[in-house]
Amino acid sequence: MITTDILIIGAGPTGLFAVFEAGLLKLKCHIIDALPQIGGQLSELYPKKPIFDIPGYPSVLAGDLVHNLMEQIKQFQPGFTLNEKAETIKKLEDGTFIVTTNKGTEHHAKAVAIAGGLGSFEPRKPIIESIEFYEDKGVEYFVKDPELFRDKKIVIAGGGDSALDWSVFLADVASEVTLVHRRNEFRGALDSVEKVQELKKQGKIRLVTPAEVTGIRGDEHVEELDIEIDGAHSTIKTDYFIPLFGLTPKLGAIAHWGLEIEKNAIKVNNALDYQTNIEGIYAIGDINTYPGKLKLILCGFHEATLMCQSVFNKLNPGKKYVLKYTTVSGVDGFDGTRKEAEKQVVKAID
Amino acid sequence: MSDVTITITDREGVVHEVQAPTDMAMNIMELCRAYELAPDGTIGVCGGMAMCASCQCYILNDVEIPEMGPDEDAMLSEAFNVKPNSRLGCQIPITPELEGLALELAPE
Repeated sequence: MITTDILIIGAGPTGLFAVFEAGLLKLKCHIIDALPQIGGQLSELYPKKPIFDIPGYPSVLAGDLVHNLMEQIKQFQPGFTLNEKAETIKKLEDGTFIVTTNKGTEHHAKAVAIAGGLGSFEPRKPIIESIEFYEDKGVEYFVKDPELFRDKKIVIAGGGDSALDWSVFLADVASEVTLVHRRNEFRGALDSVEKVQELKKQGKIRLVTPAEVTGIRGDEHVEELDIEIDGAHSTIKTDYFIPLFGLTPKLGAIAHWGLEIEKNAIKVNNALDYQTNIEGIYAIGDINTYPGKLKLILCGFHEATLMCQSVFNKLNPGKKYVLKYTTVSGVDGFDGTRKEAEKQVVKAID
Repeated sequence: MSDVTITITDREGVVHEVQAPTDMAMNIMELCRAYELAPDGTIGVCGGMAMCASCQCYILNDVEIPEMGPDEDAMLSEAFNVKPNSRLGCQIPITPELEGLALELAPE
């Protein structure tokens, strides 16, 4: 069981910054995220795009902002449970929480801050009849373990980076790789496109374009796919079908935690501390809603700060405390490091 | 600058005739969000970068709209429910030329 003070759900910018504000108050944080990497939308959707409305940064690439936030919080040694989705929550009699992921990892926390952005990213599923029947029976939306495809026939569908990159990677693993895309053009990075071109020449990847997978057949496992190639029907024998059409955010299991939901977002008390209708559970960043809500990273930072103060006050009732300024008091990490402003030298002038 | 009138059929089939400002640097996706024609989180998910197709719409009349750029074209090549008249709302800026445009939001 992982234990922490504040369990943060979502490793986007708001969740990451919450670790810093919590750290200043000596509160430890652990973060769960459905994606295998930190950064949320910034890493998943637009790492190479600039953001122009982060105070103090005239322009910052989304990926760089994530990197900088990680640098800023590393003193506070946050724990991470990545590639897992927060599935269930149980409030114990003492007011603490047990949050369990879809893989069974348990987290015990004194407070929970949901910083899930638009929700957890889930694969966009192509519209093919009976595709859900074949999930885990030959239809895979992620390549979790490439070894699953060792010496197997696979068909990958999609035209973006992940379809191209996995086709390249699995060309050396699977016995046969077929890449199906609706157009002749691919929108992935140029070097990925070139690699696929090269592997196609070597006969390691079969490219089927412009084409679309329209049906799946097989008794208890995928055996054959229907494909429309330029309007003509064809079939292809395969062991696995891997549709890679990107990810879309869904509120998912959190929607069933008993929280008040409005317009796909969690209602919070913005007059005070961004707490939800369940005491001890907060929602910060893009996932919350209140009158006047703006889905901006900078607003998420503010919400994270107030949430941390509220948690501190709840956990330390009656304890005297005043807000500290980092320039004055420095930052003491949990790792023993200390950041502080340089002391001014007082020296007499002769 | 004056508003233009745009007719939008939402995902439930309800037709809305809305006034769209031409001086706020808005696009069709943002117009739909401003009028709450689709729930938050189901439209404009990527914020308008032609990266998610959640604002896909079908153009229903011959009002001239700007040509499709390569990003939009590539995204539509991976989207679902795509028709020959599909466009991404986030890639259509609201200009005086859009007066009278009619469109329908594609399924989620």
